[in-house]
Amino acid sequence: MAIPTNVETTFLLGRLNWDAIPKEPIVAATFVAVVLGGAATVALLTKYKLWGYLWKEWFTSVDHKKIGIMYMILGLIMFVRGFADAIMMRLQQAIAFNGSEGYLNAHHYDQIFTAHGVIMIFFVAMPFVTGLMNYVVPLQIGARDVSFPFLNNFSFWMTAGGAIIVMASLFVGEFAQTGWLAFPPLSGIAYSPWVGVDYYIWGLQVAGVGTTLSGINLMVTILKMRAPGMTMMKMPVFTWTSFCTNILIVASFPVLTMTLILLTLDRYIGTNFFTNDLGGSPMMYINLIWIWGHPEVYILILPLFGVFSEVTSTFSGKRLFGYTSMVYATVCITVLSYLVWLHHFFTMGSGASVNSFFGITTMIISIPTGAKIFNWLFTMYHGRVRMELPMMWTIAFMLTFVIGGMTGVLLAVPPADFVLHNSLFLIAHFHNVIIGGVLFGLFAAINFWWPKAFGFKLNVFWGKVSFWCWVVGFWVAFMPLYILGLMGVTRRMRVFDDPSLQIWFIIAAFGALLIAAGIGAMFVQFGISIWKRNEPEYRDVTGDPWNGRTLEWATSSPPPSYNFAFNPVVHDLDAWAEMKAAGAARPKAEYLPIHMPRYTGTGVILAALCTVCGMAMIWYIWWLAILSFLGVVGYSIYHTFNYDRDYYVPAEEVREVEAARDAQLAQGA
Amino acid sequence: MSTITELKGPAAYWETEPHHHPEGASTNIGFWVYLMSDCLMFAVLFATYGVLHGNLAAGPGPKDLFDLELVAINTAMLLFSSITYGFAMLRMAKGDKAGTLKWLLITLFFGLCFLAIELYEFAHLIHEGAGPQRSAFLSAFFTLVGTHGLHVTFGSIWLITLMVQVMKFGLTAANQRRLMCLSLFWHFLDLIWIGVFTVVYLMGVI
Amino acid sequence: MRILPRLARFLALAPAILALSACKMEVLKPSGDIAERQKDLLLASTGLMLIIIIPVMVLIVLFAWRYRASNKNAPYRPDWDHSTKFELVIWAAPLIIIICLGALTWVGTHLLDPYRPLDRLSASEPVPEQDPFRVEVVALDWKWLFIYPEQGVASINELAVPVNREIEFSLTSSSVMNAFYIPAMAGMLYAMPGMETTLHGVFNHGGEYQGLASHYSGHGFSGMRFKAHALDQAEFDQWVDEARAAGGTLDRAKYLELEAPTENVKPMTFAQTDPELFDRVVNMCVEEGKICMAEMMALDAKGGTGLAGTINMAQLTHDKEIRRGLARPVLGQEPFMVTSFCTPADSARMFSDLRQSQPVVRVDQTPMRGIALPRPDNRLGLGLSMPRLIQDARRPDAVDKQL
Repeated sequence: MAIPTNVETTFLLGRLNWDAIPKEPIVAATFVAVVLGGAATVALLTKYKLWGYLWKEWFTSVDHKKIGIMYMILGLIMFVRGFADAIMMRLQQAIAFNGSEGYLNAHHYDQIFTAHGVIMIFFVAMPFVTGLMNYVVPLQIGARDVSFPFLNNFSFWMTAGGAIIVMASLFVGEFAQTGWLAFPPLSGIAYSPWVGVDYYIWGLQVAGVGTTLSGINLMVTILKMRAPGMTMMKMPVFTWTSFCTNILIVASFPVLTMTLILLTLDRYIGTNFFTNDLGGSPMMYINLIWIWGHPEVYILILPLFGVFSEVTSTFSGKRLFGYTSMVYATVCITVLSYLVWLHHFFTMGSGASVNSFFGITTMIISIPTGAKIFNWLFTMYHGRVRMELPMMWTIAFMLTFVIGGMTGVLLAVPPADFVLHNSLFLIAHFHNVIIGGVLFGLFAAINFWWPKAFGFKLNVFWGKVSFWCWVVGFWVAFMPLYILGLMGVTRRMRVFDDPSLQIWFIIAAFGALLIAAGIGAMFVQFGISIWKRNEPEYRDVTGDPWNGRTLEWATSSPPPSYNFAFNPVVHDLDAWAEMKAAGAARPKAEYLPIHMPRYTGTGVILAALCTVCGMAMIWYIWWLAILSFLGVVGYSIYHTFNYDRDYYVPAEEVREVEAARDAQLAQGA
Repeated sequence: MSTITELKGPAAYWETEPHHHPEGASTNIGFWVYLMSDCLMFAVLFATYGVLHGNLAAGPGPKDLFDLELVAINTAMLLFSSITYGFAMLRMAKGDKAGTLKWLLITLFFGLCFLAIELYEFAHLIHEGAGPQRSAFLSAFFTLVGTHGLHVTFGSIWLITLMVQVMKFGLTAANQRRLMCLSLFWHFLDLIWIGVFTVVYLMGVI
Repeated sequence: MRILPRLARFLALAPAILALSACKMEVLKPSGDIAERQKDLLLASTGLMLIIIIPVMVLIVLFAWRYRASNKNAPYRPDWDHSTKFELVIWAAPLIIIICLGALTWVGTHLLDPYRPLDRLSASEPVPEQDPFRVEVVALDWKWLFIYPEQGVASINELAVPVNREIEFSLTSSSVMNAFYIPAMAGMLYAMPGMETTLHGVFNHGGEYQGLASHYSGHGFSGMRFKAHALDQAEFDQWVDEARAAGGTLDRAKYLELEAPTENVKPMTFAQTDPELFDRVVNMCVEEGKICMAEMMALDAKGGTGLAGTINMAQLTHDKEIRRGLARPVLGQEPFMVTSFCTPADSARMFSDLRQSQPVVRVDQTPMRGIALPRPDNRLGLGLSMPRLIQDARRPDAVDKQL
């Protein structure tokens, strides 16, 4: 483990030099594989002349649907990386017994668990959730795009830029070895002197800008762009939960940004916010980061609560039970999520009254959450439940999530937390809610909306294989961690001295392998479905393969760039179900030109400059940092001189697209 | 909720008549939401200052460092700039391009004066040995006041850009919208400064 | 590939090992009264929640099965979406559970607050009129230092305490945050640099227990473990004698030496300890000439030292801040420390003031009964200590006395 201690900084390259390239065999092999794979991809793209297509149709696109899909792809790529980290940790912990050091040294292992947490939350769950909201919300509210389409493209590329920075740490320098929230003093310059924490900071800052802006964008979209007649209390539940999620994003990410800025100042110019000495207070960082961190948990889960509501209602062939109480429950959770942050550190020594206050507020959140579970339950009641893949994921979620919720409330009881905090029980708990809630929800959503996005359904057999591997694998992987937690085993341990623990880690590693099989099956599922997309059993010509209830099913699959040729008018909940009942599925009238935003490359260029600036700051390459920063400011100003940002889709073109759609519908019928 | 509404005729479900969406209708509210998120960043800084303001690390405190008279002049600069921005907006409403530009220029002048005085104050403190590294109190002070100053700097750059655009393209709808947003931003900074002045300077010295 | 046969052998032994490790659930089978009551609360809360969780899980499966699409016999009401009765139940049922749990939490959190002196040694034994046994704990990189102020000895990565005696741990850390945790005795508490936290506990059974660092603290974190020996008085005296006989002095110089990062440190003892050492560690002024936190805070409370405060700095000589590499913030100044204004006599007075420990205030143990209100007994016979907790909470002074 070569941590350069007194690195010379040069003008040209800052502290970047040959020693910064990790020589560990695992990293080197990954590096070679990535270089080869990357070169092959570039070669293929060049050979088939796809660069122009990608640039014109995707990278510079301001279409919320394409941006949504790009978010999902980003999430999927990063998911593979994050899961590779998970497998490596499971393997290390399964073999590091009886005097064995395992196969990872501390420097490497500590980076892996930090990277796993950071990547899974910021670059897997967040892109997935944002992508989903981006794709579905405008369709659900009957809009043609988001309020600020260019900003949407920029937000995506900022998120991607953050991901690139974090990925770069694998091959140049190191990542943080601090745990995913980088608590000082450990993350201060005195104890983490090299580039690891700087990678963490700049990766999150660049991505965080994107997240905040996309939060503002979607929030305003929902407020201002709803179809005529869609009052707040007639919005689909997914839109409601997305709305609350974006409020949470806007009201919590600035806290993270500022906290990380303060940490940056501590590290770069030697201020004393979070230092031990000279009046600094590390405890303040922990408070601040969790004031962001707890709402973040609900940012991740709320949209999926919306997904489960849509799925349960659709596949039970029934209106959602208790829409109003569902909405109020969501709002309750949104507000309460700001009143519980201290439960992440009961053991820091605050008094009993403070601890019990935050413990009880935490428990109170379980009331609206419980109400939601009951609402889904009663939506199935007296329904006709079709066990399609999205519904299977939903049932698995409900069964898994109640256990995760229960262990969560247990951890909210301070005296119980005193014995379980920082233990593997805690790890099991939050994987229980994040995998069982967020990931299962995403899989439900992917299976549910895939036909809408691409015009064909996903293969059911491989979907079921993936489902069972995931669900069983999850329990096999995390049940042992609950048990280990009750044996007093702490998280983030690299080697163990008690041989009797080993069997549990081996079981957990086996569970992780099952999950790996589930991921593999999912890729097979995607592959087969894409391969056979034109076969009748896959193809969706109706635009409404599940007998849906909300407006996204009212248009074709995939929807045209303008989503709806005419604006839908909403009278009640489940607008599309009502349209179908009224025989109004297909409006017949003279088509009009449609006002749409123009594609622009500005978002890509700005985000690229920001990414370069972040990398330059990490490596102390000051000239490049200043240059790229001036570039960002200059190019933004240049962009504001472009007033020509939209155009009209001619009525003729709309007519052609809609005629093709009519023909498709006729063929399907 | 419990009863399904009566179904209407098919024509009631789609808007088939031509109909115009006002351009940029979301910009104002979008900018408001952005300002609120910015406000939260300042809230963190204020909270930080609140926690750390007594941690002098056996070094100098507010009473030893702050010069209220200078800060009062500084505050006046920023308040004047807000008023003159208001005048610029009044001219804009009248469609008077030259008047708008004149008042924007005066606003810029006051903004730059504010920045100059603040930079002088910072330089003076650092020269005395009371830089941001000396104690947690000074770290919090420099960061809170400096972040506000950075905002004013960017506001000034934006102001110059907008002046050029108004000169070149006139008071178009898009430019009026942009001037409106900058106006919100500028007054917002004023508001933050009043908080800074009260919490940091007045409460520190008195 | 010799791993495979080993793995096969291991799997063959698995059932036996599983059974063996089931007895090792230290959290569920502790040896100290505090941990015991924390476990009781854990189980009671679980039980309370299962009241609602189990029916819900059953209903999920039941509904999914009964209302499956192929079952045309089940009723189907596609427009049914509201029932005030059901709504009432689905909000009220969790609410009631949470009210019970909340009450339990409030009481339990106050009773088991780590700062609070014990109110009993175990369910059957009251606390004798005796000061608690004090241990001062410092989390170093990456080992634990235990100082026994009354005995004057100190040890590293080995804790010995008398059994059935209230123990008061004073915790701090030298560099980064850590958490001190002996699962068999009581819950964990953070040990933080420049701060002191207090944890109370007791061992009811003698034996050797695992102690660990349960907050990630850097490279050597995995090896930061120790054995906690709960000994009877004679054994403990013998342990102290052995430590004294083994020699070694832990003074400030030795401490600064120990502070340098080391991993997987073998247990060791010291016969003598500087009595001021722990306070100096907490006040971050072990190195010569550096200002103590207590002095700094006293000066800050008086409004600082004015502009003179910009020259009372000195180069940081001790390598504490830079031991892990280039510690200088790249755009900042060299690391510095504030020098002390105190004379040695002042320091001595300051520390003797700090030494004055507060008298222990305990909760009155006599049962309080209202008129005709019988003392609740454990009718369910489940061995859960809900009634015990409630009984304690009825005393008006039980809750807030220590706050």
